[in-house]
Amino acid sequence: MSGQGTATVPADPLTDKPAGQRARTAGRPRPPTRDSGWWAAVLLLPAAVGLLVFEIWPTFQTIYYSFTSWGAFGGHAWSGLENYRTLIADSDVFHAIVNTAIISAISLLAVPLSAVVAALLSLPGMRGVTIYRTLYFLPVVTLPAAVALTWKYLFNGDYGLINWLLSKVGIDGPHWLSDPATAIFAISIVGVWGSIGYNMVIFLSGIRGIPTDYYEAAELDGAGRVAQFFHITVPLLTPSIFFVTVITVINSLQAFDLVYLMVGQTSPAITRTETLVYLFYQRGFAEHDGGYAAAIGVLLLLATLILTAAQFRLQRRWVHYG
Amino acid sequence: MNTVRRIRRRLLSLLLVAPLVAAAACSGNSGSGGDDEHVTLTYAIWDQAQAAAMKQIIQEFHGKHPNIDVQVQVTPWESYWTKLQTSVTAGTGPDLFWMTMVYAKYYAAGGGIAPLDDQIKKSKLDMSAYVPAVTKAYTFGGKVYGVPKDVNGFGLCYNKLLFDAAKLKHPDDSWTWNDVVAAAQKLTDPQKGVYGFVAPEADELSWYLTVPQVGGQVISPDSTSSGYDQDATIKGIQFWTDMITKYHVSPTLQQTTDTDPLAMLTSGKVAMRYCGSWEPEEIAAVPYGKANIGIAPLPAGPDGNRNYYSNGLANSMSAKTKHPDQAWEFLQFLGSDRAAEIQAKTGTVIPAYQGHADAYAKAMPEFDLQVFVDHLKYAQPFPASTDTAAWRDAATKQFADAWTGKAPVADVSRRVAETMNQALAKEKK
Repeated sequence: MSGQGTATVPADPLTDKPAGQRARTAGRPRPPTRDSGWWAAVLLLPAAVGLLVFEIWPTFQTIYYSFTSWGAFGGHAWSGLENYRTLIADSDVFHAIVNTAIISAISLLAVPLSAVVAALLSLPGMRGVTIYRTLYFLPVVTLPAAVALTWKYLFNGDYGLINWLLSKVGIDGPHWLSDPATAIFAISIVGVWGSIGYNMVIFLSGIRGIPTDYYEAAELDGAGRVAQFFHITVPLLTPSIFFVTVITVINSLQAFDLVYLMVGQTSPAITRTETLVYLFYQRGFAEHDGGYAAAIGVLLLLATLILTAAQFRLQRRWVHYG
Repeated sequence: MNTVRRIRRRLLSLLLVAPLVAAAACSGNSGSGGDDEHVTLTYAIWDQAQAAAMKQIIQEFHGKHPNIDVQVQVTPWESYWTKLQTSVTAGTGPDLFWMTMVYAKYYAAGGGIAPLDDQIKKSKLDMSAYVPAVTKAYTFGGKVYGVPKDVNGFGLCYNKLLFDAAKLKHPDDSWTWNDVVAAAQKLTDPQKGVYGFVAPEADELSWYLTVPQVGGQVISPDSTSSGYDQDATIKGIQFWTDMITKYHVSPTLQQTTDTDPLAMLTSGKVAMRYCGSWEPEEIAAVPYGKANIGIAPLPAGPDGNRNYYSNGLANSMSAKTKHPDQAWEFLQFLGSDRAAEIQAKTGTVIPAYQGHADAYAKAMPEFDLQVFVDHLKYAQPFPASTDTAAWRDAATKQFADAWTGKAPVADVSRRVAETMNQALAKEKK
């Protein structure tokens, strides 16, 4: 749930128009010449090489490896569809899909939450904005291991701060992380908490791009703060919301670190929390079955592609560009 | 224009060449040299508590071999094996590393660790100096793949304060399972949140100690089939689950997952816990533990049987090391009398080099460490096959249902046997 994407951020909804439109309104001084294209290529080269070597090439390698079985220390042999046959029959894979879906669904809560936080921080006359912004952003720049460890102490069933507070109001809290019924919610909450800061920054810049005229006009018409939020901020923020939603879904599909660090293999809650990436790690690195792990990876790739494509399809119905 | 373009092209090709040059430079210094060449070996271990002893060993070794530097890499157990496997596969792994019986055959069969027979013969290393059970566990197809480092014994750690408060006699070598249950029932005090016993779901520290006591087995002696479907094995596991689900004298699996059972012992929350010979150092690190914990012999099975599964470590050499001669020099020193003495005196482990058990037993006067040494004679080979990890983790995962009382132990254990047999069948292919 960490490792935020580095894609470009459509910070300002007003300039984030489809390419053709933008060219007309912004009126670029001169069209890109062949020469400047050449330089662009040179400047892009380091990034492109990195992408090719560390992202794209391994993707194809993974697809290839998913049709192989692995030796202990290197070496692999073609095994056809064997891994996929095992995949279909593996009940752990089924659990992992369900768990990943639950985590993704809960993690989407972060989208409206961070939109509200950003809107509140943008209110005129709001004091200490920088402090709040820093506080909310802290989890993003904190090591996932430190985050997980701290929350693990908070969630401890017998000695954790959360259950101690609950006991003050007469509630006997569960063993959040080791109870199969609650563990997945506990780690999802941490995921949501951890992603608010990143989303907030995107929304903050999105809100800043909304002309104040709209709010002034709405105020003249007698719209309150809440009405303004729903009728001006939200619609004009939809490009940012769309971007954040896509990133959130992709990140939550890759949930691993919190499961690995906060639950772990020996916990009774692991079957109810292990995600596809966790299973990939377990099969590939702990149980030395690289080919099978690659097949799980391909499954995850397909799921990500389908979900993201679906979101791009659906965006036409609700995203307003300008 | 043409010249400009040419210069640009040259610049570009220079950019492209730079990484190649760097790569060539890196691989350049790996060439072999003579004996007097200065080399740095890397040595991977997972226990921070033993790092000091290892560093002292290295220091003395360096005094005798000034041309060989050794760097210790401490990686916590949780990530030690994944890191080791990937780095050995990539050829960037450590030259020497700790090996456990769990993974030994996997590394030996897969070509991750080197057979040492030629070197042993050449340097006339006396293998009879080590505990035979450990040497045997690292010998495959007549070849030795590790120089034994240490061996594990077990005992019953108990809280003297709580025993005295309940006016109970301290545990002694006459104890069997029934005595544990009876005492645990008297020591459990729900009001104070104190449990008489702790039954974690941790094979090596739980059922691997009781299954052999009733004649059960985790794996058949030829490592081809699971023993989890045998009634005796199930009985050995049930000792642990009964403590939680039948007698209610142990914290639940959820509690032992949230809080380390050893911490429960050293904070007075549980009165008894089965302990390993490497743990007294950790107990002594907590003032309450140092003052109030006693160590008694591990209770015997109902019929007085004291057998247990013992793990023991060895130092192994990477099959891909670039400095096999220097690595062997250091490996020999790690297996020496002197290295054993250094380790024994810290009280962290019982050296596999025989004759230093006394030094270990006397290392911490506040505890009766002799208990662990006396236990060694009942050691049985640790359950392992070529790919132990493939079924061991799965077993732990499945047994959770028995520990939480969701399903009867017998059912779960037979299910574990099924999965384990599938994994073992796959191994043979």
